[in-house]
Amino acid sequence: MIELAESAVGAATAVGASDAEAYATEASEREVRVHGGEVESLTAATRRGLGVRAWIGHRVGYAFGTDLAREGVEEIAARAAEAARAADEDEFAGPPSPSGEPAPSMELGDPSIATWAPAQVAELALAVERAALASDPRVTGVEQAVYAGSSDRVAIASSAGIAGEFEASSCYAYTQALAEGEGGSVETGLGFDLARGPAALDPDAVGREAAARATAMIGAGKPDSRSCRVVLDPTVAASFVGLIGGVLGADAVQRGRSPFAERIGADVAGEALVLHDDGLDPEGPASSPFDGEGVVRGRTALIEGGALRTYLFDTYTARRGGVSSTGSAGRAGYRGLPHVSTSNLVVGTGALGFEELLAEAGEGVFVTDVAGLHSGVNPVTGVFSVGASGRAIRGGELAEPVREFTIASDLVSMLGAVLAAGSEARWVPFGGSVSTPPLLIGEMTVAGA
Amino acid sequence: MSLLAPEIAQAALSRALARGGDWAELYAEERTGFAVSLDDRRVERPQTAREVGASIRVVSGEATYFGHVDGLAEPDLLALADSVSQAMRQEARNAAMPSAVHPRPAYEVAERPEDVPAERKVALLRACDETARGAGAEVTQVSATYAEGRRVVAIFNSGGFAAGDDRTRVRLGVQVVARRDDRVETGHETRGGHAGFERVSERPEELAESAARKALAALDAVDAPSGRMPVVVGNGFGGVLLHEAVGHGLEADAVQKKASVYAGRVGDKLAEEFVTAYDDGRLPGEWGSDAVDDEGTPTQKTTIIEGGKLTSYLYDSVRAHKGKALSTGNGRRESFRHLPLPRMTNTYFAPGDATPEDLIAGTDSGLYAVSFGGGQVEPATGDFVFGVSEGYLIEGGKVTAPVRGATLIGNGPDALAAIDAVADDFEMKTGICGKGGQSVPVGTGQGHVRIAEMTVGGTEV
Repeated sequence: MIELAESAVGAATAVGASDAEAYATEASEREVRVHGGEVESLTAATRRGLGVRAWIGHRVGYAFGTDLAREGVEEIAARAAEAARAADEDEFAGPPSPSGEPAPSMELGDPSIATWAPAQVAELALAVERAALASDPRVTGVEQAVYAGSSDRVAIASSAGIAGEFEASSCYAYTQALAEGEGGSVETGLGFDLARGPAALDPDAVGREAAARATAMIGAGKPDSRSCRVVLDPTVAASFVGLIGGVLGADAVQRGRSPFAERIGADVAGEALVLHDDGLDPEGPASSPFDGEGVVRGRTALIEGGALRTYLFDTYTARRGGVSSTGSAGRAGYRGLPHVSTSNLVVGTGALGFEELLAEAGEGVFVTDVAGLHSGVNPVTGVFSVGASGRAIRGGELAEPVREFTIASDLVSMLGAVLAAGSEARWVPFGGSVSTPPLLIGEMTVAGA
Repeated sequence: MSLLAPEIAQAALSRALARGGDWAELYAEERTGFAVSLDDRRVERPQTAREVGASIRVVSGEATYFGHVDGLAEPDLLALADSVSQAMRQEARNAAMPSAVHPRPAYEVAERPEDVPAERKVALLRACDETARGAGAEVTQVSATYAEGRRVVAIFNSGGFAAGDDRTRVRLGVQVVARRDDRVETGHETRGGHAGFERVSERPEELAESAARKALAALDAVDAPSGRMPVVVGNGFGGVLLHEAVGHGLEADAVQKKASVYAGRVGDKLAEEFVTAYDDGRLPGEWGSDAVDDEGTPTQKTTIIEGGKLTSYLYDSVRAHKGKALSTGNGRRESFRHLPLPRMTNTYFAPGDATPEDLIAGTDSGLYAVSFGGGQVEPATGDFVFGVSEGYLIEGGKVTAPVRGATLIGNGPDALAAIDAVADDFEMKTGICGKGGQSVPVGTGQGHVRIAEMTVGGTEV
């Protein structure tokens, strides 16, 4: 792989690129979908590709493709150099320089990702469905139960001396349970688990969680419209934390598109909220020794003691801002240019157990699900209004289920209104890769009946 | 051009059925594209793509076995076929020899995007930037993106069926940021189609003007109201309401799993007499149109609601077989790396008799939702949510102050039943629809539509 990347770099400089970087990947993937006790689909596939960034002076272009034979590689390299000619000059554009610091060696694979036979992973998905059906008679079925896993190999090389390679595996299982209440109304509930290999997944827990979430919603009505305290379940908290991580990217800030612009050092959150981006967390699904342009990953304190400590930088935004990269260049595989993004966002845990968090809330709403995040949030202003469902909180305890309402605030106000973080965190694949406990928010607008 | 010789397809399909299966299909594709952006006054991120690959699926009873590979080399396709067949333990079948496929464009492409020099594409972006910045001193940032893509596909199945399509799409989008003191607002506009460069090269300034107008208007916006009220939904992209509140629930996969509120409801009266709606994958040059779907079935115009009655679900071939129906040409996939799913194409409400002015004048107090940032639905419950990207208050039958932060939330059948007027100002817009991890281009359309009562979630209680 690294040889392939190096040959692509050579091909790009040979056709006139002053600098070049190549990103090569090879992956094998497997997915099983089951429904009604039967396998609905079984997918086994391989995927490979190459993306080349070529600089001509301070202009940069990109090309990618799937033909990794010699001529194919040369064609991709030539297209990248050709694309660069369409770009404007940008004084900060240039390849990352190696820091001299070696990338850490990390164990990111689990052998069961490949050694488990197709029948074994199918059985795992079937076990998820069975667990959902068995855990409550009101569960009438699941939309489907899914197992998906992939094993990836990544190599990056550049004319500036970057050269690195790593392997990682990841998998998940999920199901959406359907529960029927009196009168035939249907409710849904999601259960999921993530790991590096199927051997570490807990199918029973996934099924039980989906069933519990679906049945909890039976008989849900609309809550009264009001301004009140809100407890966010970790899956919901993760979605919001992911949005906040996104607007802490230096590109959004530098281009005047972040509500957190010019707020470094300022108090932006309640003391209860501690937020790190950690690309090296051994448990983190998004961990890797180096980022999408070969810069060594690290742990970056974003919010501590209520104050905003730093933004996240890739090489380009770091040069533009006169600082060092935080190793935050993300990449959607070989098909995408590197851009600033979070790795694993980690929210610090607090002292309160879940019941204590509810007691602290007193009267309010416990939100277990949100919908419409991609349309209901303005990332430039941070203003949001999204669909939600969950449970009412009365007298410090969970009460009746509620749905078809919206919660609204803006990301800056919401962050400032975090009163407490729960004591137990969970890894959630929504909003990127986030580890977070439930969060108690002092005030949000709830619009229902 | 021919992507793949029928002899190779037949050999691979026979290998795929070597251990049994009802039928097998080979889907070959070449995807090429170019995109470039302008942001912060600078042209950046020019990129080109070329991906070639194929997938094979074998359907055996209710189960589908699937795999994909990069490249179209015969040994790789045969190895893929072997791998896909592994899970079966039945008698071998032979695949019939398919006819040769020569994919051709179904719609006119007056100017092939790949023949247009990059400078002209960049010039579109600069024109948008200049126009948007000229719209007002409060415009502080402009970004614009041009993208073109071509997908040449050839589809062969073991019954000897073969089909092809040569699809070219272009899209231009503009985002404008406006600022007044601490207030920052955005406006967005896009145009695109299953067409050549001509679709975006004519008057790109209109997009920039529209995006700038939205951003500037929002600077004066008041917080959105909350509660139940009448909502007038704008034409064009307002059709995303139909897409989310109804369309996803008509996709046969959800229906057959009883994970749709519309399961078992064909023939039921769900809306007023004057409500009719279609899914039409054949509208010439529209963003969601193709000559054939991704299983080779010719696309068609399907009436989904007629005179207020639910008339049809949307099928791909697997779900059509299961439901003893015919495919409606809705088997779509993002690429050769994906299994086809029942997906909408261009979905729209037929124009009504009213005028948009009638709808507004007939509303004493409510919300005018001109455009949406997008939406989402849970088909099993019918619950949906839309973010309103441009909205105004309606007071005393007149459009008054712009509002910000409004979200519409409701339930599909309830919203459909509550439509009390449809206007005649029909328009289609482009969207990208995500489902099951796959994104496909879809068209949404309608004239102005009024919903008698709906929940608006705002920041104001």
